[in-house]
Amino acid sequence: MSTQIAKTLDLKGLSCPLPIVKTAQGIKELQSGELIEALATDPGSVADFNAWCKSTGNELVESGEDGGVYRFVIRKK
Amino acid sequence: MSVEEATLVVPVHEHDEHAHKKLVIIAWGGELDRVWPQMILATTGAAMGMDTTVFFTFWGLMVLVKDNKRITGDNWMQKMMAMMDRPGMEHLKLGKMNFVGAGPAMMRKLAKDQSVASPGELLSMAVDMGVKLVPCQMTMDLLGLKREDMIDGVGEPAGATTMLMEAQDAITLFI
Repeated sequence: MSTQIAKTLDLKGLSCPLPIVKTAQGIKELQSGELIEALATDPGSVADFNAWCKSTGNELVESGEDGGVYRFVIRKK
Repeated sequence: MSVEEATLVVPVHEHDEHAHKKLVIIAWGGELDRVWPQMILATTGAAMGMDTTVFFTFWGLMVLVKDNKRITGDNWMQKMMAMMDRPGMEHLKLGKMNFVGAGPAMMRKLAKDQSVASPGELLSMAVDMGVKLVPCQMTMDLLGLKREDMIDGVGEPAGATTMLMEAQDAITLFI
């Protein structure tokens, strides 16, 4: 399985629901098993990315925060 | 555990196969502060892979009218209503603190500063993401609205029965 990030989305500054909506749109272009990285500043995105992965079946591989930027790495189902 | 800690704990669940896969929003309110959540939830539903339908009825239907369409309706009463309450996504009023349009203008300015997408932007995203927009046939007749008065992307008009059928195995929101 790939450990390379296939695509990075800069969602910094965006508010709900755009981080999730743009991630859902962005992940469409990926192949199954590929990784997408999302960078967001919306504190609500921590819970939202967890819930979105749970409901869509995509795997949240990594989730962290650094200097107010939340980073999510998701493997496409 | 403090309240603050509790809100930070996000349970990581396995993928829930039994999660609802359908979302039906009955959009009956036409104020900016109702249309916004209608559009936020519709786009989010589509982003979550849910089969999403928005049924626009009563004042909720007015957001589907083209913004450059000033007067709608066939008879004087319908025309008078459109004149007093201009249809279209860019002409929404606030449910409270409207202040002859100052409230909505301020709200849109705040939203823009916070990078919150406008209801109009969210509506086009919803169309792109395959959200079905269903106008209520009865409201169209009542207000004298025609298909050509409405924006692109609006589906076939339908009635209450179609919507309740659609809602049978769906999460249903009445906004």
